[in-house]
Amino acid sequence: MRHATIMMGVLSAALLTSTPAWVQQAPAITSTTVELPSGDQLFPGGSDADAINNNCLACHSADMVLNQPALPKAAWESEVGKMIKTYRAPIDESDVPAIVDYLVKTKGKT
Amino acid sequence: MAHHQHDARTQALSRRTLLRTMGIAGLTLASSTAWADGSIRLPIAGEPRERPLTHEFPQKGDMILQRTRPPLLETPMEVFDRGVFTPNDRFYVRWHWAVIPTSVDAGSFRLTVRGHVNQMLSLSTDDLLKMPRVELAAVNQCSGNSRGFFSPRVPGAQWAHGAMGNARWTGVRLKDVLDRAGVKSGGIQVRFKGLDEPVVPEAPDFKKSLDIDHARDGEVMIAFAMNGEQLPLLNGFPLRLIVPGWYSTYWVKMLSDIEVLDRPDDNYWMATAYTIPDTLHANITPGQTGVKMVPISRMTPRSFVTNIADGASLPSGANADIRGIAFGGDTGVAKVEYSVDDGRTWQLATLGEDHGKYSFRRWQTNLPPLAKGGHSFMARCTNLAGDVQPAEPNWNNSGFMRNVIEPLHITTT
Repeated sequence: MRHATIMMGVLSAALLTSTPAWVQQAPAITSTTVELPSGDQLFPGGSDADAINNNCLACHSADMVLNQPALPKAAWESEVGKMIKTYRAPIDESDVPAIVDYLVKTKGKT
Repeated sequence: MAHHQHDARTQALSRRTLLRTMGIAGLTLASSTAWADGSIRLPIAGEPRERPLTHEFPQKGDMILQRTRPPLLETPMEVFDRGVFTPNDRFYVRWHWAVIPTSVDAGSFRLTVRGHVNQMLSLSTDDLLKMPRVELAAVNQCSGNSRGFFSPRVPGAQWAHGAMGNARWTGVRLKDVLDRAGVKSGGIQVRFKGLDEPVVPEAPDFKKSLDIDHARDGEVMIAFAMNGEQLPLLNGFPLRLIVPGWYSTYWVKMLSDIEVLDRPDDNYWMATAYTIPDTLHANITPGQTGVKMVPISRMTPRSFVTNIADGASLPSGANADIRGIAFGGDTGVAKVEYSVDDGRTWQLATLGEDHGKYSFRRWQTNLPPLAKGGHSFMARCTNLAGDVQPAEPNWNNSGFMRNVIEPLHITTT
């Protein structure tokens, strides 16, 4: 145990040195495969959330939206507009009012 | 690689189809995060402050969950108290697009160098390992770190102060790679792209550019290791661009494509996104319009207390050890000072070991006993260029470049 601790101390001292002459060992670069959480949780609110659930979850999870502060309606309209115009989200035009309504209802500010 | 990307996109699109056809059947509500490791209350400007703590992400320990997909994971403040370098498994994570390859084969991975060059290159990680190696300690900080403290609030990731980290990056100089390809005269910018892709193919790919002189300054590097180990996939495995002193938006993850341009890059991520008001501290009045906007670039000095939380109680009649971290932004830390009288007088804190001008620097002080009651502890960093943290917070529409002095409220009892 003591031996291991000393070894670690020596190692970290070597790693922290800024001497350019220090020859570093080539770090191993190994193939990597991971699994990411799906982030498929729905927006709460039942049928009031249908429009936002149907249009917004393909590109991002709901938590980001639910973590936003309360914002004025104009700000939410602008956010939804940015998703459509800039980020090309294929949101049905007829669903936009229901999405904005949901955001104003849950995250609105006058 | 293309195969994995295709899979990821198909998965994202079928998720959409699934949601459309099935509605709520078979899916859970956002309020139930069964895999959360408890939660944390962030000291940001307003509700909601509660965030789950999660260890559900690959190669990551407990992180503050800001967004599951694409991942936005924040480093808890206590991690910065444990050492000057941020461990890889606690280093914050930020992705723009949800199509992130979940599998990268080290053998078949190639970094392409193309565009306004004499010779196009296709480099394997082995090719890079054979080139002259450099190592540098540098802070990586999100442009929007601390956005949650902006008032009035602005939309975007509601980070507290943990969208930053400090690591020893090992790799090769970008200059050496560009020289190998041979930049043709007339090459004025270099554009970088990673393996991540938008879910909607028509959406703008995430690409960032640096001026050619910056790209060839010998400091900008292509890293294959972080704190002595290969990068976690979510921090950009296998290669990440390191732009010391500049905000993280330029530190392209899973770097796979380098393109030398003979014209200024006008892509969305340079021309529109990540632009700031061309004013001191990128500061404007809320609602102000007609401001000249420029791409965000250099970082500014910041300092944080890491061993005491805002609102903490200290025993009266006793000295108190207070410590934290600071960084100078685009140059080193000259000094860290603290004040316990609302900024009227300042004392020097003791600086820890210097790991280079782009690194975090630890600082500490032993505070003499304070009178019973409420106090404000302020720390401020001055960098080697004489730039000091301001006393008043900045504001802009994007929540970028916060570097105000962050007072800590303490009560002595």
